[in-house]
Amino acid sequence: MNDVLLDIRDLRVTYTTEEGLVVAVDDLNLQLRRGETLGLVGETGAGKTTTALSIMQLVPSPPGRIETGEIFFDGEDLRRKRLEDIRNVRGNRISMIFQDPMTSLNPVLTVGFQIEEAIMLHQRLSQRQAGRKARDMLKLVGIPEGRAGDYPHEFSGGMRQRVGIAMALSCNPELLIADEPTTALDVTIQAQVLELMRRLRSEFGTSMLLITHDLGVVAEACDSVAIMYAGAAVETADTERLFTNPRHPYTRGLFGSIPSLDEDVPRLSPIKGIMPDPTELPTGCRFHPRCPAATGICAERTPVMVAVEEGHEVDCMIYEGLVPEARIGEKED
Amino acid sequence: MLWYITQSKVYRMHRYIFRRLLLLIPVMLGVSFLVFTIMFFTPGDPAKILLGERAPEAEVQALRTQMGLDDPFFVQYGRFIFNALRGDLGRSLTTRRPAALELFARFPATMQLAAMGVLVAVLIGIPIGIVSATRQYSVFDGASMVLALIGVSMPNFWQGIMMVLLFSIVLRWFPSSGYGTFAHLIMPSLTIGTSSAATITRMTRSSMLEVVRQDYIRTARAKGLSERVVITRHALKNALIPIVTVIGLQFGYLLGGAVLTETIFSWPGVGRLMVDAIRQRDYPVVQGGVLMLALTFSVVNLLVDVLYAYIDPRIKAQYK
Repeated sequence: MNDVLLDIRDLRVTYTTEEGLVVAVDDLNLQLRRGETLGLVGETGAGKTTTALSIMQLVPSPPGRIETGEIFFDGEDLRRKRLEDIRNVRGNRISMIFQDPMTSLNPVLTVGFQIEEAIMLHQRLSQRQAGRKARDMLKLVGIPEGRAGDYPHEFSGGMRQRVGIAMALSCNPELLIADEPTTALDVTIQAQVLELMRRLRSEFGTSMLLITHDLGVVAEACDSVAIMYAGAAVETADTERLFTNPRHPYTRGLFGSIPSLDEDVPRLSPIKGIMPDPTELPTGCRFHPRCPAATGICAERTPVMVAVEEGHEVDCMIYEGLVPEARIGEKED
Repeated sequence: MLWYITQSKVYRMHRYIFRRLLLLIPVMLGVSFLVFTIMFFTPGDPAKILLGERAPEAEVQALRTQMGLDDPFFVQYGRFIFNALRGDLGRSLTTRRPAALELFARFPATMQLAAMGVLVAVLIGIPIGIVSATRQYSVFDGASMVLALIGVSMPNFWQGIMMVLLFSIVLRWFPSSGYGTFAHLIMPSLTIGTSSAATITRMTRSSMLEVVRQDYIRTARAKGLSERVVITRHALKNALIPIVTVIGLQFGYLLGGAVLTETIFSWPGVGRLMVDAIRQRDYPVVQGGVLMLALTFSVVNLLVDVLYAYIDPRIKAQYK
């Protein structure tokens, strides 16, 4: 058995739009170990959802296209599998929880049936057994089994997300991809859903790719983190190390944007500028136009991932010794 | 217990249907008033038509008094409504038989034609629409959209005549006119159903295109379902609401449009009866025919609305 469950190598995904070719994911490398929860963090548009859809082989095509790269799941490249084999993986060995529970359940089918359907498809169970199992899954996520015959519109957002979780876990997948599962929920419900996911994950022994833009969620739920910017991972480390010692200027910028209870800072220091236009990514390091440490070389040369310590990699030329670190963290007035 | 019954979905549904049936009363009153008014002010004296152009003036006047044609407008209208409620639509001026009987004798033929037309339209329109949507911008999609455009643009009467030319006169496959066997039914229902088929194709396509972009379709795919199941089970049922609406409207359109088709194919339906009745100022038959078609259309609309509830549980929840 391989220790690495999911291994994404040099993934590049593009969308053809009227404005031009959008590179949503560019040379992304990611690894997820068995049993671990990996947080994939980035702003809107960083390519997180596209990464998730690439793993599921669900990038809408056209206009999307996985151009290059390999996605190894349990040692097999998902990109080389035939469609029927991919279907056998979807919902069975890899399943997904979507961002918006209000729109990701089918409004004209009962929630019980929507769970049952996946079970019937992947497990050799009779309809009655599958129905039984679907109701058990509902109970497991805290929904009375008597509500299996109700339709999505009869549930609140938080409950619908629980249904989504029940659906995703119903076939006991090896990998669970959760695409911002709490973003659309109220803060109080967020905590409940996160807690539920954490409990079920450890119960089922599922590995998880947790996509979020919320570093608080990462601190709560993840073993390790990959920070994504403009389509690529810029820093990967285990959660503790990343939180105590962020290295990439972008990661530091993210932490600088969070208010802290312990420190008394007059103002937060947000990252300057906005995410680059995905049809015209900057040359060299993609972050250089917004980077406080950028020098001339940053616009010309593309940085290489460097391990600053065991299990902590950063995609910045400071750590290649090409740019002085001194200016990082200094306030620019 | 009583609370439970009044809250139950079945009860709410029945109550909704009952309310809609009550609403038919003002609708039918409105229709009857309109058609009565139009016929009232149409030139031509029914008494004169009955007795012939050369009848002595005194006799005509006597008949007018006997028929109540000299009474004020609202008295006549009131009498018409009162009689209609008892099922008496007056006697046909040409055959002297009760207008209601004349109409009921023709009604099955019209219903048969309209129903077959809708069936043809649905059987052609929905499958083509689905395939077009799943292969947007393909050759199939392009071809079917061009055909649909031709289908809606082609006038009924022209198409009917062309079909008679081709299939009856040149190929001798089907009888050119008449009523009775299945062979008689084919060309009229194709003629009447073509434009509806085109409309339904376009509606199915656009509705499906809208639905397949939805998040829950992605969820269905993420479960590992095959594309066939995703389309038929998850997409189609969601896409059906606007399609069913169009089908209901098309049915009404076919009832009305049957007039031309029935004339071309000598189909013994209400439409042709009404064309003849209008020509002969046979106003009881015209009034009765309009009322009958309006009532049928209203009932079909109600059925469509009830059908919504079975397709979409969210709509069912709104029926109170």
